[in-house]
Amino acid sequence: MADEKRLMKGNEAIAEAAIRAGCTAYFGYPITPQNELTAYMAKHMLDHNRVFIQAESEVSAINMVYGAAATGARSMTSSSSPGIALKQEGISYACGADVPCVVVNIARSGPGLGGISPSQGDYFQSTRGGGHGDYYHLVLAPKSVQEAADLTYEAFDLADEWRMPCMVLADGMIGQMMEGVELPDSRDLKTLPQKNWAVGHKAEAKRDINHVTSLNLMPADLEKQNIERYKRYDVMKKTLQRSEEVNIDKAELVIVAYGTSARVALGALEMAKAEGIEIGLFRPITLWPFPEQRLSELAAKGKRFLVVEMSMGQMVEDVRLTVNGRSEVLFYGRCGGVIPTEEEVLAEIKRLLGK
Amino acid sequence: MELVYGHPKSLKPIQTKYCPGCGHGTIHRLICEVIDELGVQERSIITNPVGCSIWADLYFDFDSVQPPHGRTPAAATGVKRMLPDHLVICYQGDGDLAAIGTAEIIHAANRGEKFTTIFVNNAIYGMTGGQMAPTTLIGQKATTAPYGRDPVEAGMGYPMQVCEILATLGGTRYLARGSVDTPANVRKTKQYIKKAFEAQLRGEGFTMVEILSPCPTNWGMEPCESQDWLKDNMIPFYKLGEVKNTLEGADK
Amino acid sequence: MANKGKPEIDRERCKGCLLCVRACPTKVLAADTVPNSWGYYPSKAVAVEKCIACGNCYIICPDVAITVYKE
Repeated sequence: MADEKRLMKGNEAIAEAAIRAGCTAYFGYPITPQNELTAYMAKHMLDHNRVFIQAESEVSAINMVYGAAATGARSMTSSSSPGIALKQEGISYACGADVPCVVVNIARSGPGLGGISPSQGDYFQSTRGGGHGDYYHLVLAPKSVQEAADLTYEAFDLADEWRMPCMVLADGMIGQMMEGVELPDSRDLKTLPQKNWAVGHKAEAKRDINHVTSLNLMPADLEKQNIERYKRYDVMKKTLQRSEEVNIDKAELVIVAYGTSARVALGALEMAKAEGIEIGLFRPITLWPFPEQRLSELAAKGKRFLVVEMSMGQMVEDVRLTVNGRSEVLFYGRCGGVIPTEEEVLAEIKRLLGK
Repeated sequence: MELVYGHPKSLKPIQTKYCPGCGHGTIHRLICEVIDELGVQERSIITNPVGCSIWADLYFDFDSVQPPHGRTPAAATGVKRMLPDHLVICYQGDGDLAAIGTAEIIHAANRGEKFTTIFVNNAIYGMTGGQMAPTTLIGQKATTAPYGRDPVEAGMGYPMQVCEILATLGGTRYLARGSVDTPANVRKTKQYIKKAFEAQLRGEGFTMVEILSPCPTNWGMEPCESQDWLKDNMIPFYKLGEVKNTLEGADK
Repeated sequence: MANKGKPEIDRERCKGCLLCVRACPTKVLAADTVPNSWGYYPSKAVAVEKCIACGNCYIICPDVAITVYKE
């Protein structure tokens, strides 16, 4: 039975959801705009007798996650864009060693130190394997505090099931705003999945020794490992794509947007409807695997797309790849931490439709 | 005939990739001898670094985790915090610990993390072919210091005495420096390792044993010659002995 | 009365570093003239009768190629 609804800041809702999902090890470093998450974990992880460390850097934090996760623990770190950049080496190692963990990005504007306001400029970093080598990892994109909590809770299960990092890609808006949220029940730690590939408790597990490593100096062997991993990715692509659709059937134009952009788009959609203009929204929820199956069906129907992002245009490339020339893909973006308003998105829609 | 010295059980009986005369083999053996004597093979875990001892997980007959370069103390922190009753060995070389991993070792030591670091100091970078290390001595030649390490004119910095640096931190309890250049020093080093492991198993930490080791290949010498070079050049600067011992437990 | 001992060298584990030859106080060991399959010239007990089972050879050997026995 879930809790009654309570008003929570996004950062804190994510933290609480992680604890309820059975996160037993959190390692983080302060960075705006996610500090409430780390502070919440600092108090509540210790209250629950679980492991919390404020690490000396984001680099160290992801590597503490790697070590803890290698023992089979549900381990998590959180940061914001420049800090996530620092974690890319660790994420690559986790992908190469098939170690599950959860990484939360409360994105801000860049590049470089950039600004502290919300942005969606980390789409490439998240979905193109921001570190080195051939790999992908799960990327989930919530649009509200409720969804951020739900997807964080689910992230631990997905990470364990598919043996990889699962990233929750939110932004400073979602992290900072306060909304009503119903939190899921706390997992009984004893019911969490056993991991016979993990290190520790060898005698009790009655197994051979385990090595958690990503090294393989035999090219043919390493190639085989990569190919096997990509077979797993193929299964994930077939079964895990997730998206939300609003008013697609009647729509003259379909906005493609995720996260905060999608919230703005929904507002523009309502305003357009009031003026008799039918606009739809296709909202990817899994950014990897990208919901190409459903988007492709819409492209085949000839739907026109307007991709709205808080960036100079990153997800639009995946939309163009998926649409593959079958229909028109347009783009509207703001960046630098600027959040587009519903009014300006509506104005752009009307301009494109010649209204 | 009675067996006096034989192959430790927790060390795999296979030939190592290490060079002839390399100290890693000796140090691996000492670790395994102590683990056998303490009877903790089943709950031992090693985090092995990038460097020559990237291969260590082939030779120790227990679980291992292999982290990115320099991050070994961070990964060991994650492992030990989740498995506090296991013996966690953070095995590092000079590059991993004193260059790229400086932040990680200082902060793990400062937090008093309860794993034991084994720091193999051979005053050079081995795996990558002989570049200057933070522990390279003044005047010592390396591929990236072809005229010798020069801290003044060429701004190459000074060799670092890691035990002494870490001794200033509140979280450190036992820091010792040994060497594997003579049988007598090898015996003493084993005692330091045993003390550190026993402290860890009692729940005390941070513990570290820095071990001076020859690198005949990158020093450009025969193994026997490298033992002399170590004694004449490294030991006067990297002083052997217990640099810090504020353990509460037995055998202080 | 000193021990009577015997070092047993695994020729294929030995890399011919000869640290044991140097470490032996009674000069039991020397480099063999026959190489092993790796091309190394391993250590060999050429004067076993002088062995006192001190263990120095085992202790200094980086390859755990030596087992030491005593009577």
